[in-house]
Amino acid sequence: MNQLNLDHASAAVEFNKDEPRVDWHDETLWFVRTKRDRAAAQLPEWEQLREAASQIKNHVLSNMHDLLAQFEENAKQNGITVHWAENADEHNAIIHKLIQDAGVTRMVKSKSMLTEECHLNDYLTRHGIEVIDSDLGERIVQMRKEPPSHIVLPAIHLKKSDVGETFHEHLGTEKGATDPQYLTEAARQHLRDTFLTRKVALTGVNFAIAETGGFVVCTNEGNADMGAHLADVHIAAMGFEKIIPRAEHLGVFLRLLARSATGQPITTFSSHFHRPRPGQQMHIVIVDNGRSRQLGRPDFRNSLKCIRCAACLNTCPVYRRSGGHSYHSAIAGPIGSILAPNLDMKLNADLPFASTLCGSCSNVCPVKIDIHDQLYKWRQVLMKEGYGPGSKTAAMKAMATVLESPSLYRVAGKIGRGVLRFTPVLAENRFNPWYNQREMPEPPAESFRDWYINNKKV
Amino acid sequence: MRVGLFIPCYIDQFYPKVAIATLKLLQNVGCEVDYPLQQTCCGQPMANSGYEHLTGGCNENFVRNFSGYDYIVSPSGSCTLHIKHHLHAANESEASAIRSRIYELTEFLTDVVKVSSLKATFPYRVGLHQSCHGQRGLHLAQMSELVAPPFSKPAQLLNLVDGLDLVQLDRRDECCGFGGTFCVTEEAVSAKMGKDRVADHLRHGVNYITGVDVSCLMHLEGILKRANSAVQVKHIAEILTATV
Repeated sequence: MNQLNLDHASAAVEFNKDEPRVDWHDETLWFVRTKRDRAAAQLPEWEQLREAASQIKNHVLSNMHDLLAQFEENAKQNGITVHWAENADEHNAIIHKLIQDAGVTRMVKSKSMLTEECHLNDYLTRHGIEVIDSDLGERIVQMRKEPPSHIVLPAIHLKKSDVGETFHEHLGTEKGATDPQYLTEAARQHLRDTFLTRKVALTGVNFAIAETGGFVVCTNEGNADMGAHLADVHIAAMGFEKIIPRAEHLGVFLRLLARSATGQPITTFSSHFHRPRPGQQMHIVIVDNGRSRQLGRPDFRNSLKCIRCAACLNTCPVYRRSGGHSYHSAIAGPIGSILAPNLDMKLNADLPFASTLCGSCSNVCPVKIDIHDQLYKWRQVLMKEGYGPGSKTAAMKAMATVLESPSLYRVAGKIGRGVLRFTPVLAENRFNPWYNQREMPEPPAESFRDWYINNKKV
Repeated sequence: MRVGLFIPCYIDQFYPKVAIATLKLLQNVGCEVDYPLQQTCCGQPMANSGYEHLTGGCNENFVRNFSGYDYIVSPSGSCTLHIKHHLHAANESEASAIRSRIYELTEFLTDVVKVSSLKATFPYRVGLHQSCHGQRGLHLAQMSELVAPPFSKPAQLLNLVDGLDLVQLDRRDECCGFGGTFCVTEEAVSAKMGKDRVADHLRHGVNYITGVDVSCLMHLEGILKRANSAVQVKHIAEILTATV
């Protein structure tokens, strides 16, 4: 199954055809959300930490240029080669060149949502480079030729039996095997061989520190370290918003990141890279790919504060019941729905509407991004710029005309109630999406206004 | 204290009983209540669909109807929040006064009137659906995402009702999936969310589901009725005025 080429609502209809699976997906992610709640509640200073993180990130957004320049200077002094990529194509080309320069055709990668955003795997594969993702979840979806459905738990949409099937096909495990220990061991042996034989390793960057010119990569499996420590060339791919001013700020973000993501106090590995070891090359590719544009939009610049913990995905009642692939974008869920329209308004005009604006995302966010307010604002931008269906715009204009006129409103209300009371078939049919799984409200004979006039003698 | 009663359009048309209960409740606690007759809709259906630029007419009408009151009170968290955040008009000082004087019914009762007793009896097991816009938007109750002391203005009032047994839900503030036009544009997810929300209440053996937003309750009611459930929905104003 490849990425669904459907708008969110249609993809969600497909996802909801298997209701027990939706229940399982929902409960699995809600379990992570409750783990997060317990971990957060253990820190009485949780809300102050969120505020501190938010303020640091605000500072970063307002001083982006200076901090990146400072980072570049310090990183170079440390012996790291710094590359700048304006867009996904440049990012991919830079990495391709580094692999070519190393004289190899195979590389190992640790999970990086930026490379997903830039479609690096497809690009390299087309150019004859074999890429193996080393994060277990990422490896599973890679074998299935699917994108990750979640930014922290890439294969969360799959059950043990799905993984067993995939491993049987690709790693030769026993057919029908579902034992996690057995399956993980098979993956471990396969990845061990990969780590030992790849000369080029790519990692993401969770935090880059302007003050030191170093960067931090967080994983639970240690796969980033395995790749980077064994390879002759370490390439780190970084969206420019990952910069933080000082090393002391790490304490704030590392405490928030893992707790928000999975409910752990800290990721199992928080690896600090400052300089290449003797004989190794270390490169960092700093990517814009639309981030400057987003930084320039006052209503949406806050989205660049994101530390990719996925708490907003786990808490989102819509994400839990529609699955990551329904968002047809590298980053799913509420945060993805405010990042994606920046990349392509036409392609992603549906995503800000994949929300009830319940506001849970904004309040779970460890860096206080006003996610649901941005979803509301994107809706305004997208419809005003004409990315809504013409039929919707016409319907909304008609609705506005009726609702702004007290007399038209009353006539329409009377007709509507009359239809429901005397000819319900006009509403109770398969063309009415409300009626598909819900009964219509029972219309009363008189409106409140009528009652008020009759009873209050105004 | 002069209170302007704002009854959202769909309550006016489909749930007049809720409006009548709201009016009675406000009068019972000593308010002088007026219902401006030319009111229609807050404009939220257009705004949440991305057409806030078409809500000017609704805004102007709202300002015409509700200027000059000490308070404006509405039995809807969602519509109240919309007015509070998005009402603008040619006469911006009037609009601004309205934004700062509009209250959702339960917050008005707890924060302004400071109700400490009610003559109401409702001897049933009741589940409270904390509607998102009221809870997270107006902060009518603490949300489970924050590490902060719990409180709930609707629950505080329900606890004043004789015989009422307020149940604890497994997910105390999960969205029901109504979401305005979301309920039809994302029908599959919306209905599934509603079914799951109802199931939480049913697991705890409720007789009634209540809340501060009729829109959420209308959605849950549609699902209950489709399943032929005996469980009913009642807006909180109906319970706070019940004399069963």
